[in-house]
Amino acid sequence: MSAPLLAIRDLTVSFATRRGGHAFQAVSGVDLTVQSGEVHGVVGESGSGKSVTMLAVMQLLSQSATIAGSIMLDGQELTALSDRQMRKIRGARIGYIFQDPMTALNPLLTVGEQIAEAVRIHRGDVGHKHAVARAIDLLRLVAIPNPEKRANQYPHEFSGGMRQRAVIAMAMANEPDLLIADEPTTALDVTIQAQIMELLDQLRREKNIGIVLVTHDLGVVAGVAKSLSIMYAGRVVERGLVDDVFAAPHHPYTKGLLESLPQMDERVERLSAIAGAPPPISARPSGCPFHPRCPYVIERCRSERPVLRPVGPIDVACHRAEIVAADKGTLQDA
Amino acid sequence: MFAYVTKRLIAMPFLLLGVITVAFLLTHFTAADPLTSIIGERQMNNPEVVEAARQRWGLDRSLPEQYLVYLGNLVTGDFGTSFRTRQPVAQDLILRLPATLELVIAAMMLGTLFGITLGVLAARFRGGVIDNLARLFALIGASAPVFWSGLLVLFVFSVQLGWLPGPGRIDARAVAPPFVTGFFTIDTLLAGDWTGFRSVLLHLLLPASVLGWTVTGIVSRMVRASMLDVLSQEYILAARAKGASPVRVLLHHALRNAMLPTLTIIGFSFAYLITGAVLTETIFAWPGIGSYAVSAARGLDHPAIVGVTIIGGAAFLIANLLTDIAYAVVDPRVKLGAKAGA
Repeated sequence: MSAPLLAIRDLTVSFATRRGGHAFQAVSGVDLTVQSGEVHGVVGESGSGKSVTMLAVMQLLSQSATIAGSIMLDGQELTALSDRQMRKIRGARIGYIFQDPMTALNPLLTVGEQIAEAVRIHRGDVGHKHAVARAIDLLRLVAIPNPEKRANQYPHEFSGGMRQRAVIAMAMANEPDLLIADEPTTALDVTIQAQIMELLDQLRREKNIGIVLVTHDLGVVAGVAKSLSIMYAGRVVERGLVDDVFAAPHHPYTKGLLESLPQMDERVERLSAIAGAPPPISARPSGCPFHPRCPYVIERCRSERPVLRPVGPIDVACHRAEIVAADKGTLQDA
Repeated sequence: MFAYVTKRLIAMPFLLLGVITVAFLLTHFTAADPLTSIIGERQMNNPEVVEAARQRWGLDRSLPEQYLVYLGNLVTGDFGTSFRTRQPVAQDLILRLPATLELVIAAMMLGTLFGITLGVLAARFRGGVIDNLARLFALIGASAPVFWSGLLVLFVFSVQLGWLPGPGRIDARAVAPPFVTGFFTIDTLLAGDWTGFRSVLLHLLLPASVLGWTVTGIVSRMVRASMLDVLSQEYILAARAKGASPVRVLLHHALRNAMLPTLTIIGFSFAYLITGAVLTETIFAWPGIGSYAVSAARGLDHPAIVGVTIIGGAAFLIANLLTDIAYAVVDPRVKLGAKAGA
């Protein structure tokens, strides 16, 4: 089997504090694999390290960040590349979609100019006219009506959903192999969310690209992703095929996340929530980072940090995975 | 936008009327009697001479009457006659305004060019040596009084090093170019006088640098602050994610956005320099509006004082209008004349 499209191995990202004080690890030992033509969901709360991981792939983190580990794109090690070499990858082989389309577009340049710029940065031989024509084609690809007129408009003349389509068109400008979508629908209305997800899935099918879908919303992942990784406090705590994880979550955190989703077929008074809050980066708990919030906690969880291990079809980092998987009750009852 | 500009242009005479009224009243309520500067102190004891002078200059009439006569004359382009030069004030201003404009435009070009460059570099290398040097340079420029920095550069570059000529607009031995526009740079070129042109440029360099230094100080700090703000925006990260080079991100994406707040400062500086060139013109013996204003104030030359004030007020109004138009040209979100929220 050929190398996976994206293979992150043992990625650790730490941020130095001012004046060389203690360095904080935002991401610790993350492994992630994405194949061509599939959507991989990366799920976690704010501060769980999802976005930092993805920006590390693009090497767009601030200078205070230190990256250790390996990031391979199609067998090529990205962490070894210079910034100049990395610029040939960004926007050409990896497209990046940002969370908030309101702020991801330059307010002073027309949408067409910004898409054409993405083309011309990587294709010096393409003239201005051709780049604009390509921009119009891309706007058509993402189903923006009247693309010839729209290309000459400024971002403030676009609605939120239309802006996100334009951002996707920009990310697709050079037919990348990999698309990283960082919370692409969080800032949008629910009906628009479904349209954007459908668009991403359609691009995946037509262009056979791999997509990393970063989100805090398991519901978004359920519809389109084939596999997923759950992140908590800078680590992957559970990963596997979406169907397997949804059928029987092995990590109490995943279980809690699933229970907090509203169900179509059940009537509940109140959606359940996981008690407590995720730990701040400066004070990660000893042992398992989830133990202060975990109803399954035993003494071992406080002292010994669990590593990812296969349990059935799923990889999970929990000492009590077998018990969690077998428990049919809710997290709150446990 | 056309409708907006027309509206502003229509409003302008009314705003000017306000400037004229205030300037006129303030000048007339000063304690000093302008007659002393018209006829000299010795003649003040001679009632006949005094009475003749009062009639001659219209000072025997009531203030409202004087005011209305002045306004009526202004409409025909008559700014009155200077007590001191005995020339029409309008003519004095026309002869002197180009000198000031030439100096101020040169200062603005130098000042904004250096200011923007320093601001961008300071933001790019934030906290580094360049940032600190730029901060020091800006601080001196914005806070050092022109009479000090002007004398300093004259002493160093003209007297000690001899690299640049001293005061004046053109070499003292050279003949001033025939008056066409009043801008010596343009007039020497029109006359085909290359040595004269070179001399004019060299004479312009020191006073324009001193005057532009204050602009550099303000503009560079403004550019730095708004660049830092813009550089933290997500569309900058998005531009980098497209594979844009650092230079492209800095100039094409960040600087354009950072220029928006800076435009206001530049427009304001321009108007400020027109009236603020007083000290620079005095030190560099520059025959412009500024030095004219100083002599007018010293000589209790009421018509000249009011005339200069009107020019200054007009400069502010025009600079403000141009700034607003420039804003609308650069920022597509600004719709001039549109109601808020429309």
